[in-house]
Amino acid sequence: MNNVPVIHALIFAGALFAIGALGVIVRRNLVFVLMSIELMLIAASVAFIAAAAKWNQADGQVFYIFIVVTAAAEVAVGLSLLLRIHHTFKSVDSDDVSLLREEGER
Amino acid sequence: MSVLFYISAAVAIAGSLMMVTRRNAMHGLVNLIVAFLAIACVFWTLGAPFVAALQIVVYAGAILVLFVFAMMILNLKPEAGRQGSIVEWIIPGILVATLLAQVIFVLTGICDLQVPGKQIVVGPEAVGESLFTVYALGAEIASVLLMAGLAAAFHYGAFSGQGGEDE
Repeated sequence: MNNVPVIHALIFAGALFAIGALGVIVRRNLVFVLMSIELMLIAASVAFIAAAAKWNQADGQVFYIFIVVTAAAEVAVGLSLLLRIHHTFKSVDSDDVSLLREEGER
Repeated sequence: MSVLFYISAAVAIAGSLMMVTRRNAMHGLVNLIVAFLAIACVFWTLGAPFVAALQIVVYAGAILVLFVFAMMILNLKPEAGRQGSIVEWIIPGILVATLLAQVIFVLTGICDLQVPGKQIVVGPEAVGESLFTVYALGAEIASVLLMAGLAAAFHYGAFSGQGGEDE
């Protein structure tokens, strides 16, 4: 069975992480920011699975489970914060969420 | 096997690029689901069938469906969230591409990673055994984290008489 070199899987993980980081930086819609964070978490787990495939150990897959748990908690909190922001500001634009800014600086 | 890896990786990268650039949030979400299913194929080709199943069931099946429900509650306009011209993509794109190039440069220096190794499928038994013996403390901490996430989602979601939103 011919297999892929581990470096290709790691570069794939790096590319996914870069796309996710680009989304977090550029997008102003908070829904897209949350989805890009999901993509970055998945990229980290791709790197873990690639390392697990390199050494034929189960540890990388265990850490994938931990990453999924973290992502589930993050999505639950993030989406409820998003609903709260939408309820308060009637918008999901990250530029509109500026209550901490001092008066007069707008 | 390796051909399947490259095809799925290309689909995943194309899907995530489509996700980042869509205007309509629901279109971006569907593209992200496609990318995650392709990543499940990548996991399977890397000899981790249990993780591939978890990726489909938990990630694409539960977490992203939660996104779909939140999107239905929000009822966003397709143009919600102002997005400026293409110019503001350039500088972040350069920064991110520089970081990726650095990562690839460092990785290619490690020649141990470039030979394809003999691949053994690590099944669910080994994962479960490792999870509940060596990493038992980690599993407990993960359950506490889920509990904290549930409490936080309930707290933030229960506002002004409307129903709470949690997992």
